[in-house]
Amino acid sequence: MPTRLSARLCSFVLSLFLIAFALPALAGPFEDAVAKFANDDYSDTEEAIGVVASSGNKLAFPIISALQDGRLMADPDSKKVYITGADGKSVDAATGEAVASVPDSASAVRLNNRLRRSVDAALGSLTLQSPDVTTRLQAAQSVFKSHEETALEAVDAALAKESNRSVKAALGEARAAILLFKSDATEVEKLEAVATLKARGDQEAMALLTGMGDQPATVTKAAASAISSIQSSLAVWSTVQNAWYGLSLGSVLLLAAIGLAITFGVMGVINMAHGEMVMLGAYTTFVVQEVIRTRYPALFDYSLLIAVPLAFLVAGAIGVLIERSIIRFLYGRPLETLLATWGLSLVLQQAVRTMFGPTNREVGNPSWMSGAFELGQITITYNRLWILVFTLAVFAILLAMLRYSAIGLEMRAVTQNRRMAASMGIATSRVDALTFGLGSGIAGIAGVALSQIDNVSPNLGQSYIIDSFMVVVFGGVGNLWGTLVGAFTLGIANKFLEPVAGAVLGKIAILVLIILFIQKRPRGLFALKGRAVEA
Amino acid sequence: MTPHMLTRSLDRGATIFLLVVAALGVLIPLSNLLLPQGSFLQVPTYLVALWGKYVCYAILALAIDLIWGYCGILSLGHGAFFALGGYAMGMYLMRQIGTRGVYGNPVLPDFMVFLNYSKLPWYWHGFDMFWFAALMVLFVPGLLAFCFGWLAFRSRVTGVYLSIITQAMTYALLLAFFRNDFGFGGNNGLTDFKDILGFNVQAEGTRAALFALSCLALILSFLICRSVVSSKLGKVLIAIRDAESRSRFLGYRVESYKLFVFTLSACMAGVAGALYVPQVGIINPSEFAPGNSIEAVIWVAVGGRGTLVGAALGAVVVNYAKTFFTSGVLAPYWLFMLGALFILVTLLLPKGIVGTFNAWRDQSKEKRNTVSAAAEDGVAAAKMAE
Repeated sequence: MPTRLSARLCSFVLSLFLIAFALPALAGPFEDAVAKFANDDYSDTEEAIGVVASSGNKLAFPIISALQDGRLMADPDSKKVYITGADGKSVDAATGEAVASVPDSASAVRLNNRLRRSVDAALGSLTLQSPDVTTRLQAAQSVFKSHEETALEAVDAALAKESNRSVKAALGEARAAILLFKSDATEVEKLEAVATLKARGDQEAMALLTGMGDQPATVTKAAASAISSIQSSLAVWSTVQNAWYGLSLGSVLLLAAIGLAITFGVMGVINMAHGEMVMLGAYTTFVVQEVIRTRYPALFDYSLLIAVPLAFLVAGAIGVLIERSIIRFLYGRPLETLLATWGLSLVLQQAVRTMFGPTNREVGNPSWMSGAFELGQITITYNRLWILVFTLAVFAILLAMLRYSAIGLEMRAVTQNRRMAASMGIATSRVDALTFGLGSGIAGIAGVALSQIDNVSPNLGQSYIIDSFMVVVFGGVGNLWGTLVGAFTLGIANKFLEPVAGAVLGKIAILVLIILFIQKRPRGLFALKGRAVEA
Repeated sequence: MTPHMLTRSLDRGATIFLLVVAALGVLIPLSNLLLPQGSFLQVPTYLVALWGKYVCYAILALAIDLIWGYCGILSLGHGAFFALGGYAMGMYLMRQIGTRGVYGNPVLPDFMVFLNYSKLPWYWHGFDMFWFAALMVLFVPGLLAFCFGWLAFRSRVTGVYLSIITQAMTYALLLAFFRNDFGFGGNNGLTDFKDILGFNVQAEGTRAALFALSCLALILSFLICRSVVSSKLGKVLIAIRDAESRSRFLGYRVESYKLFVFTLSACMAGVAGALYVPQVGIINPSEFAPGNSIEAVIWVAVGGRGTLVGAALGAVVVNYAKTFFTSGVLAPYWLFMLGALFILVTLLLPKGIVGTFNAWRDQSKEKRNTVSAAAEDGVAAAKMAE
């Protein structure tokens, strides 16, 4: 082992020597070309751009982009060329070695309009063949946007070598965009280009097709049909997009309202401090993440999984405490309960403000919740998707619990007829405390989810309380399905109104519609029937 | 314990209340204007404006007590009517600025010039005349309350449902008034007022007069509320509060009674808002915040719902406490205290200050009566035995 290691070390040191001494001596075409930048002659510069761009040297891209930004400094005396970075550090353009400072005699290599175009083309072709897939994709997309004729050659060259499917498609689209605007392209080429753009089918493709200027009649006709087909597909996609946003908003509303639906439905208690339970859940997540960050950074991806049960316990315990100490004394006086719980919400908010400060707290997304994926023409972020899944899971669990567990049976009995339930031996006050704890606990869980998409601040709960009430009132009290339907209806209606009326007016319209809806059905969509109603 | 005695004792409280308000309405402005500045008895101008604000809150509290205390309608959106009245007055005051604004436009208020309005929106016409603005102060909140109440009461939306949708109403208005294109100055609201009916709003004399007027308005509102609740109508209202279905079965048109009293209450809230704006010098959308309306309800609860005097007293006490605590070192704890007030009053003092006091006095009176009656009985029994 030691001998092998020393042999390796030797060869490493040797190669270092080679790099340090041999390279400047072996001045190849690349180094010659770089030196030409120092001549301050436009034709020399153009030649240098061509050679550097096609050299395949890893410095080619930094040199050309520095040239574009005016960061390529040339010293006419020593014929040395330097790349100055945005951070003030400089490297020798020929060797890539860092230099302490650029000599005072050096000045930025000048460009004229013709050169600027060749710089752009060179940059395009350089990035189009970059080893990194995302860089290639971005380059192809930027060519698509600029559709400069000069880039055609580079695109063709890249297209021939490309093996990645999505990059290939992007290159094909870029080629089509160029051909569409190229005055001397044949009609067949242009028709093909129109077909490619039609297949792309997004806003940008439509912008290209509408702005393509004078074209042969057949191309114009094909473009017109392509535009109308893109328009209709875009309309469909925007509907899908709105529906998705609506589902996402609906899931958030459902999560915030579901606990309220339980306490309101079972106990007839208006809990104005419900939003604060959500806030407590969000702060629990914050504390869990803080502990993980400082003690066990490796567990960060599991922080939410740890936070969910903890938030349930924290909010649930506080809920039971509230029920035992305040709400228990106010049964049968719903309006007083409303006022007392409002006061409680003020206290809780101020307590959190005193403990954690009034500003927003940083809660991070675990890796599996950040990022997004494309579905057709819409982008779906993972955090929204997970929240939707999570909400439905919570809903299903809750529903199963009410349906199949003993405590669920007792809760339903108390909801339907409190006195009869008591006569049958159900300890209604125990059920009340547990129900309130359950509702609060679910609010805490909602807080964990909301911490991923909203600011964690003492006012977090306030922004959801009115919306949650609207959901419960709209859906009908004492029926979880009503809450589900109510939340998704309001979410989707809100998102469909938004593009038409604007975010704020849309929200106002929803509020007015609910107020009017309540006139029609004072007890919500799915009202309880029978004697329980007036009780 | 007869109803007759109850009304008589309440009347005594009412008389004291009216005398105190009238005395304050006369003495505070006089002391502010006539006594030399810095004198021990002179009330500084900032205090006149501050107490003027409290008096306006007291009117709002009376309005809430009228519907909550006597008809069982808990509105969590009464701040909206208050703010609408305030905006109507604010619009008049804005139009009075004229060419004295930053941009010097004779017709358009500054914010409209700033937001590139070419002409006055239609709903701003007429607000250059005081009588029109004064009419709107009553009309706009009244109309909103009438429409809202007509819809809500007719379909028998009651209890917490009504509370929640009134809250939604004020929330919707809050969002609407925050918008710049709504034509009410958006986020900044209406401010920088110059004069009212030709008098400078900043002047001491105007402030003193506004204070006196607020006291007058409080007295008038109180008298209106008293006459409503002590009339036959008031008895029906109380019946509705205590047993709505039963009143309906007895043949009373519950929704009409409710609608009347709700609209009246909204108009009173509008007047309170209109008096509030020139004294505070600004009206902005935050007045519509649901929290404000709920806070106004707690004033009534603290003072004692269903007592009228208590509502006004509660508004002054809570707001005085608020000013006292939020201006000192205790400021961070004010919300704790306010929250605790909500909880403790509902738990321990459900009748409020005045209600508890009345109950205590009635009880002690009753005890005295029974003691004297027992003594008489004893005497009678002794005579019988003889």
